[in-house]
Amino acid sequence: MSPIAIIMFLAIVGLTLVITWWASRRTSTATDFYTAGGGLKGWQNGLAISGDYLSAASFLGIAGSIALTGFDGFFFSLGYLVAYLVVLYIVAEPLRNLGKFTLADMITARFDKSKVRGTAALSSIVIVLFYMIAQLVGAGALIQLLLGIPYWSAVLLVGFMMTIYVLFGGMTATSWVQIIKACLLMLGTVIISFLVLAKFNFNILTMFSYMTTATDAGEAYLNPGLKYTNGIDTISMLVALVLGTAGLPHILMRFFTVKDAQTARSSVIWATWIVGIFYVLTIFLGFGAAAFVGKEAIVAANPAGNMAAPLLAQALGGDILFSFVCAVAFATILAVVAGLVLSGASALSHDIYGQIIKKGKVTEKEQVVAARVGSIIIAVISIVLALGAQTLNVAFLVSLAFCIAASANLPVIIYTIYWKRFNTNGAVTAMLTGLISALILVAVSPNVWNPEAGKAIFVGDPLIMLTNPAIISVPLGFLGGVIGTLLSKESDEAKYREVDVKAQTGISVQDVSH
Amino acid sequence: MGNNKPAIDYDKIAEMGSFKQLVKKKNVFLWSITVIFLVAYMLLPILTSFTQILHQKAIGDITWVWIYSVGLFVMTWGLAHLYVSKANVFDKEAKEIIEEYERGVK
Repeated sequence: MSPIAIIMFLAIVGLTLVITWWASRRTSTATDFYTAGGGLKGWQNGLAISGDYLSAASFLGIAGSIALTGFDGFFFSLGYLVAYLVVLYIVAEPLRNLGKFTLADMITARFDKSKVRGTAALSSIVIVLFYMIAQLVGAGALIQLLLGIPYWSAVLLVGFMMTIYVLFGGMTATSWVQIIKACLLMLGTVIISFLVLAKFNFNILTMFSYMTTATDAGEAYLNPGLKYTNGIDTISMLVALVLGTAGLPHILMRFFTVKDAQTARSSVIWATWIVGIFYVLTIFLGFGAAAFVGKEAIVAANPAGNMAAPLLAQALGGDILFSFVCAVAFATILAVVAGLVLSGASALSHDIYGQIIKKGKVTEKEQVVAARVGSIIIAVISIVLALGAQTLNVAFLVSLAFCIAASANLPVIIYTIYWKRFNTNGAVTAMLTGLISALILVAVSPNVWNPEAGKAIFVGDPLIMLTNPAIISVPLGFLGGVIGTLLSKESDEAKYREVDVKAQTGISVQDVSH
Repeated sequence: MGNNKPAIDYDKIAEMGSFKQLVKKKNVFLWSITVIFLVAYMLLPILTSFTQILHQKAIGDITWVWIYSVGLFVMTWGLAHLYVSKANVFDKEAKEIIEEYERGVK
C-alpha cells in the first residue's frame, strides 16, 4: 500500500473521529441519540439519506455489474432511483407526522399493542442484520484487497469504527459521516466520469459506438439479457428494488431527524437529485471499466466485479486517484453500516426494551444507556455473523433485505395510513406473512441451492427458479393484511380519524414544536 | 406534551367538509401519479424480457432501452418537483383547516 493511500485512509478515519467527538458532546437525550435532536435541515438530511443509501453495493457493485453485463447492471440504478418516488409520494410525510424514532412508532400510533410493535421491530432487525452481513462481508473482502490485511481484521476494523460512531455520536455523528461520505462519493464519481468522457472527446455517441466492439458481447452489451435471461425473475427483482426502499428501517429513520413534513419533503428532493445524478454516472463508471480495464482484469481482481471502479480510477488517474477512490469506498461502507447499527439499535432498545419490556416507563438516562447497549449488541451480532459468512456468497442478501422491506413493511405502512378498516390483527398478519414468505421463498431459491458445489450455500436443486421472490411475497404481504383484518371484528374508526388528521395535516407535530 | 393548550378534537376535524375534501383530493393525486410511474417503470423489464422493440438502435448505436431509461430518470425528477408544488398547495389548505378548527374551538 502506497504512502498516499495510507494518508487518505487515516484522513478519513481521523475526520470521522473528530466528528464523533464533536457529536458526542451534543448527544445527551434519546432524541439526540436517535434523531440528532430532530433539527437537521433539508439539504443536510438529503445528503445524509444519499450517504445512507449509496452503499458499496451501489458504488462498487453496480459499476462492476455494468462493466461485466452492460445494460443488465443498469437495472439496479433505475430501480434504486424510481424507488424515491414511492418514498416521497406515499411514505415520507405521513411517517414524519406520525412517528418518533422508529417504524414501529408510526404503526403503533394507530395500533398501540405490544404484538404490533414487537413484530415491526422483529422485521426491522431481520432486514438490518441481512443488509449488514452483506455490507460487512463485502467490506471485509474489499479492504482485504485494498489494504492487504486479512479478512477477519478488515471486518473487525469496520465493525470497530461503526460502533465508535454510533456509541458516542449517535445520529448526529452518523448523519455527518453520511453527509461527508456522500460529498466524497460524488466527487470521486464525477472525476472518474469526466476522465472517461474525456477519452471519448466528450461525445456520448462515440462512447456507445466504442462499446459495441469493446467487449466480447459485441452489440448485445448495450441491450438487456446478458445476465438476466429469466423475464419473471428480472421483473421480480425490479419490484423488490422499487418498493423496498420505502420499507428500509435505516432510510425511514432518517425522516425523524427533520422537524416537520415540509423538511422531510425537501430532503427527499435533495436525495433524488444526488442519488439520481450518481446513478446516471454509473454508466460512465461501468462502460469505462469495461473499455479501459477490461473484463479479464476486473474478474481476476474480484469475480463479482466489485473492483471495477477502483481499477478504472487507477487506469485513468494513477495511484493517487486509485487511493482516493479506495478511501471513498471505505467511507461509503462506514457510513452505511453506521446507519444500519443505529436503526437496529432503535428497534431493539426503543421498541423491544423501552416500550415492550419496560412499557414506556424509562427515564431519559435509561433510554440513552439502553440505546448504547443496543448498538453494541447489534454490532457484535453482525460482526460475528459476518466473520462466519466469509466464504459464502452473500451479495444476494442486499436484494433480500429490499424484498423483506417491500413484503413485510410496505403493506403495513400503506394500510396504517390509508385504510380505515385495518386493525391490529391485520397489522401483525401483514408483517408476518411478508416476512416469513420472503424468508421461505429465498431459502428454497437458487441463491441457497445449486446442483454445482460452491455456487450457492447448499448443493441441491432449488424449489423455485426466482432469485428474488418479491413478485410472490409482496402480494402475499398485502393479502395477509387484508385476510388478517377481515378475520377480526376489531375496528376503531375514531382512532383512524385521529391518525388520518395527524398524517394529513401534521397538526400534532406542529403542536409539539410550538 | 405538557402544554396548556386544550386537547385536539380529531373527530371534529375529521368531520369537517374542508378536511374530507382535502384528503380526497390529496389521495386521488398521490395514487394516480403512483400508478402512472409504477406502470412506466415496470413496463421496461416487461418490454425488454418479452419483446425486442427496445433493442433496436435509436440514435447512433444507442438503443431505445437507454432512451427509455433516460426518460425514467427525467420522469423521476419531474414528478418529484410536481409533488413539491402540489404539496405546497395542500399545506396551505391544511393550515386553513386547522385555523378554521381553532376558530370553532374558541
